[in-house]
Amino acid sequence: MRKHKFFLGFTFLELLFLSTLFLYSRSTVSILNRDEVPAKRELVRYLKLTDLSLWTEARYTRHPSQADIFTPFQDFPSSLEHFPAGSIIGPESIVLQTAITPGRP
Amino acid sequence: MDSLIRTENVTKIYNPRKPDEVRALESATLNIDKGEVVVLKGPSGSGKTTLLSLIGCMGRPTSGRIVVDGRDIAKLPERFLTLIRRRTFGFIFQQFNLIRNVSVLENILLPLYPVDISFADMRLRGEKILEDLNIRDRMNTKVNKLSGGEQQRVAIARALINGPEIIIADEPTAHLDRKLSTDLLRILQDLNVSGKTIVIATHDPFVYDHPFIKRIVEMRDGRIQDIRLT
Amino acid sequence: MRHLKILEYALSSLLRRKYRNISLIAVYALTIAILASVLFLTYSLKLEASHILIDTPDLIVQRLSAGRHDLIPMEYVKTISEIPGVGSAVPRYWGYYYDSLSHSNYTLIGIDGDIPGLSLLEGRMPSAPRECVIGAGVGSMRIVGTGDTLALINSMNTGVVFHITGTFRSVSNILTNDLIVMSSKDLVQFFDLPAGRATDIAVTIHNPNEVATIAGKIRTAHSDTRPITKSEILRTYDAVFNWRSGIMLTIFSSALIAFCILAWDKATGISAEEKHEIGILKAIGWDTADILELKFWEGIVISLTSFLLGLIAAYIHVFFLNATILSPVIKGWSVLFPAFRLTPYIDIYQIFVLAFLTVTPYVASTIIPSWKTAITDPENVMRS
Repeated sequence: MRKHKFFLGFTFLELLFLSTLFLYSRSTVSILNRDEVPAKRELVRYLKLTDLSLWTEARYTRHPSQADIFTPFQDFPSSLEHFPAGSIIGPESIVLQTAITPGRP
Repeated sequence: MDSLIRTENVTKIYNPRKPDEVRALESATLNIDKGEVVVLKGPSGSGKTTLLSLIGCMGRPTSGRIVVDGRDIAKLPERFLTLIRRRTFGFIFQQFNLIRNVSVLENILLPLYPVDISFADMRLRGEKILEDLNIRDRMNTKVNKLSGGEQQRVAIARALINGPEIIIADEPTAHLDRKLSTDLLRILQDLNVSGKTIVIATHDPFVYDHPFIKRIVEMRDGRIQDIRLT
Repeated sequence: MRHLKILEYALSSLLRRKYRNISLIAVYALTIAILASVLFLTYSLKLEASHILIDTPDLIVQRLSAGRHDLIPMEYVKTISEIPGVGSAVPRYWGYYYDSLSHSNYTLIGIDGDIPGLSLLEGRMPSAPRECVIGAGVGSMRIVGTGDTLALINSMNTGVVFHITGTFRSVSNILTNDLIVMSSKDLVQFFDLPAGRATDIAVTIHNPNEVATIAGKIRTAHSDTRPITKSEILRTYDAVFNWRSGIMLTIFSSALIAFCILAWDKATGISAEEKHEIGILKAIGWDTADILELKFWEGIVISLTSFLLGLIAAYIHVFFLNATILSPVIKGWSVLFPAFRLTPYIDIYQIFVLAFLTVTPYVASTIIPSWKTAITDPENVMRS
């Protein structure tokens, strides 16, 4: 008649482990915020960077913030998405609007 | 003297006002006193199992009254019905209805799980009853590995674990040979001697002709035909 | 005490079909691990982007020609600088270089003036012609480092050799992995950019509340420009790492669908054996609430155990193993995907939503099919 003790104990250990991981997260984040983030911001500031260096497949995947809604189709007017990373980047919100807001390029 | 169990014009209709309506019991009136051994005798479809299940608070009558130990059970909410069923009755089913792949001890302790007693007390009670019925050595064996006679004892042990006043047995000898039937009736007789009231539904003459049976209630087509002392 | 005993019986009941239930926990935990991994990964990248790109220029002004990004005339720098509220307007020189040796794309950036020693740079910034600083990814692709030379082919198909004066530390890979930084003069020469043209213009603005107004003024002054504000840049990454888009959505929905199939299989009905067992329990003195509590515990044991195991697995997978399993999916065709350690940002709200979306339906799909049997009178057991 010990199964309930084992289950409750195991669940408690899982929760304890998770709590430890979350506490580890918080302390790591505050250490990184103190040590690494200011240094990265310094790089962004001095090199005037606008994007993360994640997907170097194509121009608009390397610099998604600089790409406009036409950029993926610059190869050809009806060019279908063929870069895998392009499927991770969702369409710009303007494409999802039902009415065009004046003044938006 | 007030009867322990009293039924007054009890009727049970299954699927009322539907094409498959069945009038299983019709105007059954019966009194059972404390310490009696009563047999509900009749062929299949006579209404004896229905009457037994209603007496045992397993369902409610369509009409009529059933009074158990002074309480009209037809009016009680389900929670109280369950409480009465748990405290007052011990059930021995036709096919034992033990949980397969579960040990003997766990099977007999099943009625105690929803009760507020500790694990330790529960286990002590179980071991005592198994000792009384001579199957303590099979305590940790899964019930599907037991012989017919051992399963019978487990079923009885489970029925007794809550210390009930009334034992209800539905066709208890249906799947037993003569020897096991004899053993069963002897155990029931011992229980009666210790003060328990026994109600048995059967069409087995080996049971209703047994000397320890005090009263026979003849049933046919959902009605009580005759009640006689033995 | 009663509750613990019903839990005990629930555990015994689950252990009776040990292998089936262990497999169920394994599949369920895996589904949750995938879902949680996607959530952790996207949230971490999103927050990382928002924290470090906060110092990006207030405005980037591009020029468009026939809908394409074109070089911007230097005259625009003067016009923009004269708009009230503008702190500075500085031309940016940058472009892409395809390295046929490694089949990877690099980003070349031109800088001017003195840049102080950057803490994430090992070495020094270029101060003389034909000097450059590279990202760790470039270094590992070409197997070069500080003090070595880097040969690139310019737009005239001529080899140009750069002396590497510094390498960005790998901790900055998320920003610098594919970068080659050189002087603006070198970059203009390398790409043979026409005189008086820059790639775009970086604008700083005194009052952040005036960014949209000034962007409007720039567009009025030069209708062929496209100003991109800092908030748009930051919103891009909110959208990119939103789990509701692209491949993340596909993975997420596949896992969710798999989970729904699991729950549906449970919810479509209980077996005859289970019904019989419930009938027996009711007959021997368990009431409806006890039966439902039993089913509740059965559901909780499986779903909570799976949820916690899945969450732990996801955390370890994403933050200690750098999302090894998911990374081929997010990497795409990028030859030069940065090796970086994800910062363990966790959104507790997301965890609770995930718990609610996964645990609750499973528990419900365990309880509900048993409901009808649990409320039925046990006399049917007598009839079986």
